[in-house]
Amino acid sequence: MTTREQWIAFITIVRKEIRRFLRIWMQTLLPPAITMSLYFIIFGALIGSRIGEMGGFTYMEFVVPGLIMMSVITNAYSNVVSSFFGAKFQRFVEEILVSPMSNNTVLWGYVLGGVARGLLVGLIVTLLSLFFTRLHIQHIGVTVGIVLMTSIMFSLAGFINAVYANNFDDVSIVPVFVLTPLTYLGGVFYSIDLLPEFWADVSRLNPMLYIVNAFRYGVLGVSDVNVGTAFLMVGVFTLLAYGYCMYLLNTGKRLRQ
Amino acid sequence: MSKALEIRGLRKVYDNGFEALKGIDLCVEEGDFFALLGPNGAGKSTTIGIICSLVKKTAGSVSVFGHSIDSELALAKKEIGIVPQEFNFSNFESVWDIVVNQAGYYGLTRELAEQRAETYLRQLDLWEKRNTASRMLSGGMKRRLMIARALVHEPRLLILDEPTAGVDIELRRSMWAFLKEINQRGTTIILTTHYLEEAESLCRNIAIIDSGEIAENTAMKTLLKQLHRETFVLDTKEPLPDTISIAGFETHKTDEQMLEVALEKGGSLNAVFAALSEQGVEVTSMRNKANRLEELFVSLLAKS
Ligand SMILES: Nc1ncnc2c1ncn2[C@@H]1O[C@H](COP(=O)(O)OP(=O)(O)OP(=O)(O)O)[C@@H](O)[C@H]1O
Ligand SMILES: [Mg+2]
Repeated sequence: MTTREQWIAFITIVRKEIRRFLRIWMQTLLPPAITMSLYFIIFGALIGSRIGEMGGFTYMEFVVPGLIMMSVITNAYSNVVSSFFGAKFQRFVEEILVSPMSNNTVLWGYVLGGVARGLLVGLIVTLLSLFFTRLHIQHIGVTVGIVLMTSIMFSLAGFINAVYANNFDDVSIVPVFVLTPLTYLGGVFYSIDLLPEFWADVSRLNPMLYIVNAFRYGVLGVSDVNVGTAFLMVGVFTLLAYGYCMYLLNTGKRLRQ
Repeated sequence: MSKALEIRGLRKVYDNGFEALKGIDLCVEEGDFFALLGPNGAGKSTTIGIICSLVKKTAGSVSVFGHSIDSELALAKKEIGIVPQEFNFSNFESVWDIVVNQAGYYGLTRELAEQRAETYLRQLDLWEKRNTASRMLSGGMKRRLMIARALVHEPRLLILDEPTAGVDIELRRSMWAFLKEINQRGTTIILTTHYLEEAESLCRNIAIIDSGEIAENTAMKTLLKQLHRETFVLDTKEPLPDTISIAGFETHKTDEQMLEVALEKGGSLNAVFAALSEQGVEVTSMRNKANRLEELFVSLLAKS
């Protein structure tokens, strides 16, 4: 296929992916909006006022960046894993597998779908947060950069999950048992300075800590960790995930019999 | 003429160790209408799966219009349109979206995709249903949707895996007419079916596959010539005498007023009727016991 034909195929997948999550907005866009609004009300407004300051900011200001990032991560991941697994489950992934488009086209089509949902939900959550606090973005480049890279990384990870998933339980295992706990423990709700030395060190092994802090640095200008390290780490994980996705597609593992 | 499909020494061992294809050779000329027949589990869908790269081959080679699926897979894929045995489209998408998106996967511009989608949905009588979610179509409509989807990029080789399974007679005949027409316009067609009448009326060449091996691969006419025994069923006006027999013919009284007569190649039906008249039997109607290809099929499979 010519580059132009690959481009058309790519746009076809992206369009289809975006239309899919918009069509089922009650399952894709509404839940994070409700959950995050509840977080804002409970942690920010009700409990937050008693907690006082965290890292030099009101508690509300402190938690908002982490909650936005958490929404981006889970939605980018969930979109790709459920869409691609659905295609596998109903077998219409075969429409793509028999077509002449390249494996890169297929992969980036799905990844961009995940990124689109991650960013859209991130935007919705950001807008909702404005009812509770003000946001003055300190470093726009860092903010946008980390959101984009993170949503790409988790979309790729969602794709790997979809290839291996055998049933709908396998689709929700990672978001529920891995992503959410790691994000909660990754400094969304507290600064790791508050933790005893040992637990602070353990927290530094959690990749989510770097992502959440890099984003918080972009928005508030403060971070518990080095932001350069965060970008490097997300970059390395993204490359690894990309390499693994291409390995799966090129060998046809679990996709072609 | 060039070859639409050339298969050499194709073997498939599935992950569980089952050998579904034991080294088959198959050749389909451009413009042909080719039947791939065989009993359940013979390896037809496996062969088709390998051609369109949904199944990974264990050994052997496949090329489509000269493009090897090992070295020029994308070019080979462009030439193929596939109608699989099982439904494989999204239940939630509309007929229109399914066909238009498929065109997009082959790199057709949106404009061309919509134009083609309209052409084929109209030809396959699905135009009225274009905005319907695919899960709400009837079984026959779903088959036709898969045909429209397979044709939207105008492949030179169309492969249909049991396209008329569960399709009523009227619709089956209109599908036959449609397939004949696109074959006449130049599309090479390979078809699998369990309705042998379908293969006989549509296909010029035929391969019979059994337990992963090619049992027969020849022209339909040549094959039908091999048929050396045909069974006829006669209905009679009065109940048949118990002693009924026709010298030189194998007969079988299946009912009071029904007689089966096996006619060997070169045998004369006149002799049958003469013998029956002599015994005072009046025949009111006569038909073939089975489709001719069916008899051949059964005897071939019994041999192998
Ligand atoms: N994924 C698989 N793993 C293991 N064995 C398989 C797999 N798919 C098919 N088979 C086996 O391979 C053999 C050939 O199957 P195939 O589907 O090619 O038959 P077929 O000729 O299309 O039959 P039918 O007329 O019933 O559609 C069967 O014995 C089947 O059980
Ligand atoms: Mg089959």
